[in-house]
Amino acid sequence: MIDKDFIEDLLKKHPYSNVKHQNDCLTLSCPAQQIIDLTTELRDQQTFDLLVDLTAVDQGEAVENRFMVVIHLYSCIHHDYIRIHSDCTDNESPEFPSIHSVYPAANWHEREAFDMFGIVFTGHPNLKRILMWDEYPYFPLRKEFPLAGIDVPLPADDVVEVTQASVEPAPMMGGPFVSSGQGFMSDAEPRAKDESWTEKKEKPV
Amino acid sequence: MVSNEVAYNSKIEGEVIVTKADAVVNWIRKHSVWPMPMGLACCAIELMASAASRYDISRFGMEVMRFSPRQSDCMIVAGTVTYKMAEVVRRIYDQMGDPKWVVAMGACASTGGMYRSYAVMQGVDNIVPVDVYVSGCPPRPEALLDAMMKLQDKIGNEPSTSRLLQARNTSMV
Repeated sequence: MIDKDFIEDLLKKHPYSNVKHQNDCLTLSCPAQQIIDLTTELRDQQTFDLLVDLTAVDQGEAVENRFMVVIHLYSCIHHDYIRIHSDCTDNESPEFPSIHSVYPAANWHEREAFDMFGIVFTGHPNLKRILMWDEYPYFPLRKEFPLAGIDVPLPADDVVEVTQASVEPAPMMGGPFVSSGQGFMSDAEPRAKDESWTEKKEKPV
Repeated sequence: MVSNEVAYNSKIEGEVIVTKADAVVNWIRKHSVWPMPMGLACCAIELMASAASRYDISRFGMEVMRFSPRQSDCMIVAGTVTYKMAEVVRRIYDQMGDPKWVVAMGACASTGGMYRSYAVMQGVDNIVPVDVYVSGCPPRPEALLDAMMKLQDKIGNEPSTSRLLQARNTSMV
């Protein structure tokens, strides 16, 4: 179904979108303002009736548009995937139009992207955290957030009073296991990576 | 006539058994541990296996898994305790009636295990007092049974009577 004609036709109808690459499946780029228009067209005219995934990527502070929303669609009739990349313009407080009105399944996906990256999906019916607790002050999948975590009080005051427990940075020694991805397989084996202070290395002040 | 009986003689002693209060209380307690399965991850699957027929936890008198904290006295924390779940684990522990014990089953519940991350509490002993830790990821059912028998030994050596009296005295004040 996805052939030259299809792509030409789609780009003619939606001149704001571009083909990014076609390595695994057709990947389009689309400005955030036009995302509702494009997804509605893909759903109603091109049989892309299933929202497979909606997530986001933090491309780092060096990139002009730091946060990119990635949408995967699937056509149950033609058995084809399509991917849409769309940049959020504001790096400080990123916003993105919610596609909940087009694909209701996006509800929880957008909540997750909000929880992890802090992207506010405008028009979302219930935009609150889905994985971390409501009072959590950070967005953990942003590049500047350390994997070990940051000191934060636990949400339940009465439990804290009894246990004196709090959210503490996890010790990184002995885990997590990451692969260097380079060299011979024996060198590229996943192994523990020290990212933070440990029992041996003092906590930096 | 020389008596060679050293044990209990019902004809002489009647229906009286002499023992220590601790021994009786602990004997009752350790043979009817009612576990509260706090299943949070894959360890809970092994916990289910140890309750099923092949490993059969009921051989040791602790098969009565209760999903209400009010009816149970041993919480088996089986799985990864996230910071979000920690509050719930503590609340359920608080709702259990005394006496109560906690078993941290597996690497995650004991130390955070392989999850060195912002989301996972590094050991459930940060919020509840743990009696027995079980190693493994996940532990085999045999390991859990061994831990539960260790817990029975521990219950058997507790100063239960003095604790009961102490609790009565403090509640009267």
